[in-house]
Amino acid sequence: MRPFDYHRGTGIEDATRAAAQGSFIAGGTNLIDLMKLEVMAPERLVDINRIEELRGIEATDGGGLRIGALVSNTDLANDPRVRRHWPVLSRALLSGATQQLRNKATTGGNLLQRTRCLYFYDRAMPCNKRAPGTGCGAMEGVNRILAVLGTSEHCIATHPSDMAVAMMALGAEVEIVRASGATERLPLDDLYLLPGDTPERETVLAPGDLIAAVILPAPVEGRQAYRKVRDRASYAFALVSVAAVVAVEEGRISRADLAFGGLAPKPWRNRDVEAALVGQSPSEALFDRAADILLEDARGHGDNEFKIPLARRVLKAVLADLTTGAAA
Amino acid sequence: MQTSLTINGTARELDLDPRTSLLDALRHHLGLTGTKKGCDHGQCGACTALVNGRRVNACLSLLCMHDGDEVTTIEGLGQPGALSPMQQAFVEKDGFQCGYCTPGQICSATAMLEEIAQGWPSHVTEDLEAQPELTIEEISERMSGNLCRCSAYPNIVDAIRKAAGETA
Ligand SMILES: Cc1cc2nc3c(=O)[nH]c(=O)nc-3n(C[C@H](O)[C@H](O)[C@H](O)COP(=O)(O)OP(=O)(O)OC[C@H]3O[C@@H](n4cnc5c(N)ncnc54)[C@H](O)[C@@H]3O)c2cc1C
Ligand code: SF4
Ligand code: FES
Ligand code: FES
Repeated sequence: MRPFDYHRGTGIEDATRAAAQGSFIAGGTNLIDLMKLEVMAPERLVDINRIEELRGIEATDGGGLRIGALVSNTDLANDPRVRRHWPVLSRALLSGATQQLRNKATTGGNLLQRTRCLYFYDRAMPCNKRAPGTGCGAMEGVNRILAVLGTSEHCIATHPSDMAVAMMALGAEVEIVRASGATERLPLDDLYLLPGDTPERETVLAPGDLIAAVILPAPVEGRQAYRKVRDRASYAFALVSVAAVVAVEEGRISRADLAFGGLAPKPWRNRDVEAALVGQSPSEALFDRAADILLEDARGHGDNEFKIPLARRVLKAVLADLTTGAAA
Repeated sequence: MQTSLTINGTARELDLDPRTSLLDALRHHLGLTGTKKGCDHGQCGACTALVNGRRVNACLSLLCMHDGDEVTTIEGLGQPGALSPMQQAFVEKDGFQCGYCTPGQICSATAMLEEIAQGWPSHVTEDLEAQPELTIEEISERMSGNLCRCSAYPNIVDAIRKAAGETA
């Protein structure tokens, strides 16, 4: 690991100022891993763990929740309100990593964790994300875990988070404190950038910009599910995952909020898929049409081509589960 | 970086390079070699220790981030002659072969019983709001962060069930 200057942040302002030339560290479960490999080598680490304002889960006036950036994946999954009203979020969190890791992993860090692309991790390999301009080793290499949607000719990395997929389906927003001191609220969808020509830029955050909280809107009617398909039953990243909130009224789908993991460089939401479902009666043909729309532009790269038919099957299974028996 | 923390009940002051992981601090600077290094990347669980009562991977944590924390390692759970119920159960049920993963397994399992007692759900818990039960499926899921290259899993599960029976 490269040497760095360690700063224990005392407050939001102190931390954002200090991190202008460095990185925040929260749980450390992703950053320390990458620093050991020297894939990341910040000159300064700003430890935000002592900043009280970033802790706690509070009810909002609108009936939702404000989740502090430092809330651990464990505490969020266990929160009685989340378990009751946003079970898709508990389920997504519980499907991720292990209890040891969830105890340390934080809400902010989870959103900003880096891709698990093998070439990104291996400094001997070309990677446009780690070392812009060197090429993409994965494109014609081992890319079983990588993306089929939203990619570019420069990068096909996937975003590995489960939590973020559930938050995307729930329409979450992120509260950001810019290094300048300005506070902003963005839909989670707008936090992430697609790789395009600059795969090294993954979010709209600049150095020193802090995620302060995630805001969940009030719970909505409908049944919720998180379905994750992976290479082993536990302790593995998603190959494909679907977070869904689906409601049926009088035999017709009245809501289908869907987000996908494992398919794209960011947690993926496609409103056209949802629009095709809403107002229709559930049927296999309808679910196939939804999958057609989702996967219209999907493109595999050899190893990861299996994700395209897999995503179709997982989506159809989740929709079938959530609409069965819900019509009464 | 000056760091004050409590380790197995004893106050400690350390002034180490900020790059030092909690795991290396325990093993190399405090002589607590019970906590093991397997992968050093959060993938095996051999380094599991308890921080403020919660199990964590000591390899993915920097010592300097633990100022003021209370750390418990396998040495703090019990000692020869005064084993904890979980340590005793691992001995009685033969919950290991080479023993390398065992301190991590025991720290992890000790925390896990407490998590179940507190009603924490897991990925395999059917009803998120019900009190989870200590089934084999639950134990396997909740212990998936502790790999055992000798594959002593069946006896590890037996040991955990025995320890749970005795503490319940
Ligand atoms: C073996 C293993 C298996 C895993 N399996 C899964 C899995 O199945 N599913 C899954 O979803 N995840 C998985 N993870 C990833 C894990 O969820 C992430 O490492 C964790 O959520 C990151 O959170 P953290 O607080 O530790 O982040 P850190 O490592 O502290 O930080 C990560 C990044 O976020 C930045 N950051 C942190 N907090 C803030 C903030 N408030 N504002 C601005 N920037 C911030 C840091 O600067 C850093 O760049 C796994 C990890 C490991 C090691
Ligand atoms: S897919 Fe992206 S992260 Fe992976 S090697 Fe290519 S450029 Fe790097
Ligand atoms: S040594 Fe820490 S998880 Fe393997
Ligand atoms: S007993 Fe040998 S690794 Fe578990």
